[in-house]
Amino acid sequence: MNQHKIYKTWAFLFTLPNIILFVLFFAIPAVLGLVFSFTNFNGFSGEFVGLDNYIHLLFHDEHFMGVIIRTTIFALIAPILGYLVSLGLALLLSDKDLVFGTVAKVLVYIPTLMSPVVSAITMRWLFGENFGFINHLLETIGLDPVKWSTDGYAAFIMVILVGIWGAGGFNMILILGRLRSIPPELYEAAKIDGASVWQRFRNVTIPMLKPITFLILLLGTISAFKEFAVIDTLTNGGPGMATTFYVLYMYRIGFERLLIGLASAGSMILFIILLVLASVQTKLQKGGEIS
Amino acid sequence: MTIRKVFINLSALIVVFVFLFPVIWILLSSFKPASELFRVPLTLFPENWTSQNYLSAWRHTDFLLYFGNTMFIAIVSTILLVFISTMCGYSLAKYKYKWLNVVFICILSTQMLPTEVIMNPLLQVIRRLGLVNSLWGVILPSLGNPTAVFMMRQYFLTIPDEIIESARLEGASEFQIFTRLMIPLARPAIAALAIFSMRWRWNSYLTPLLVLTNPSRWTLQIGLRNLIGAENIEWHIVLPSALLSMIPMIIIFVLFQKQVLGIDLTSGGKG
Repeated sequence: MNQHKIYKTWAFLFTLPNIILFVLFFAIPAVLGLVFSFTNFNGFSGEFVGLDNYIHLLFHDEHFMGVIIRTTIFALIAPILGYLVSLGLALLLSDKDLVFGTVAKVLVYIPTLMSPVVSAITMRWLFGENFGFINHLLETIGLDPVKWSTDGYAAFIMVILVGIWGAGGFNMILILGRLRSIPPELYEAAKIDGASVWQRFRNVTIPMLKPITFLILLLGTISAFKEFAVIDTLTNGGPGMATTFYVLYMYRIGFERLLIGLASAGSMILFIILLVLASVQTKLQKGGEIS
Repeated sequence: MTIRKVFINLSALIVVFVFLFPVIWILLSSFKPASELFRVPLTLFPENWTSQNYLSAWRHTDFLLYFGNTMFIAIVSTILLVFISTMCGYSLAKYKYKWLNVVFICILSTQMLPTEVIMNPLLQVIRRLGLVNSLWGVILPSLGNPTAVFMMRQYFLTIPDEIIESARLEGASEFQIFTRLMIPLARPAIAALAIFSMRWRWNSYLTPLLVLTNPSRWTLQIGLRNLIGAENIEWHIVLPSALLSMIPMIIIFVLFQKQVLGIDLTSGGKG
């Protein structure tokens, strides 16, 4: 009995630091954020304003809906394109005829080591409108240079390209792991049945990759909704609002205009979006375990 | 068959080159004299190789200061994170109490509250604690990491309970069992977590941006942001600074390549 109490004490002591951190840096900010979202708090003082912040964002704010739509488009397109590129990389670099597979994988992984800021710097240098290598290349082969930093569509495309490039190596490694775990017998059996290369890919590889595909797409979508560091450094949300995504917009409201109440309401809406995405993720992951 | 081989190797070569090109381009550009950086037509290789840019970057910016701040944050965070998460993961895996499940669910739920969602109130808490413009204001909020706890818990689940039981019978205290027996057994997981943590903290952006407004406290990422955010970007300073900031991560990657690529295989996505 006494011994039991000792175990209990140690179990508690071992988890105590994490409990304190949870309360201090998650529970309190979460509750505080919810409270702020019903006030016009500006960092020093504030009054209760009910649902005004939510109503303002959803119905009266001139940019909010645009930001949501833009972020959603980004969060749908970027992960899908990124996945396709990573899948192509994984298939190509794991091909049995490739003589430098290991080196190739390491080299493709290298951009993943860059921080968001460093990769944004690299890309600004590469995509520079008047001095970048990409436009220089386009002009050399007789095409018009692209206005990467003054045309909204071009800037949006650039942000997507940067996302694909930055996450490609990481997702490739995830897919490679899954590819390796496909039993070779499956391919052998399909071969004996007379399946072509494409049929084998379609009926063996694709179904076997399903769980990791969902995982990559969902994680990509979630991180796209949280995107901040790269666009803050790469385009600063511009030109105009063309690449101002959700978190950057909330940062502007909360830290530059000091409308903390309004920004907190926006954060609560983001929280709900992430919660929905996460519940989809858990559902799919459970589904993935069964298959 | 050989045509296929040539085709595969050639396309892989092109793909790898395209993927790596941004890195190659910034690396080669950083060795060009400032006058050559914008000279049309652009050339891949510098005409006159120079390391002058690196010296200017070193002198022009408070590089060493930012480097030191970042290193302090990364190392201290990593040591504390590993220690705290190992303890917590061990407790969650090896003691069976209902309230521990509640703790576990609470810790996992923090994954739903990334800094991006709670940045305003989090900064208010950090301010109230007097940690604004203190490196500890960046370190402490990063220590309650659900991925890290989850990783360690999963690892300890694979260690059989009998080891602990027999140690108890021999009269070892709970603390001794943890420090003398469990920590050595968990070494592979601890190493993996430490590598991960170093990369997270070295590249972290949002929390340092919010907490460290005083230039003498900036990390490398914030210092770089300031260089690239300037009205007239001094590219001959920016490029070498960005590359220099990556050196520790490259060293870690070279030393622990197997672990880095292996971790992503097994626990990928939970970063």
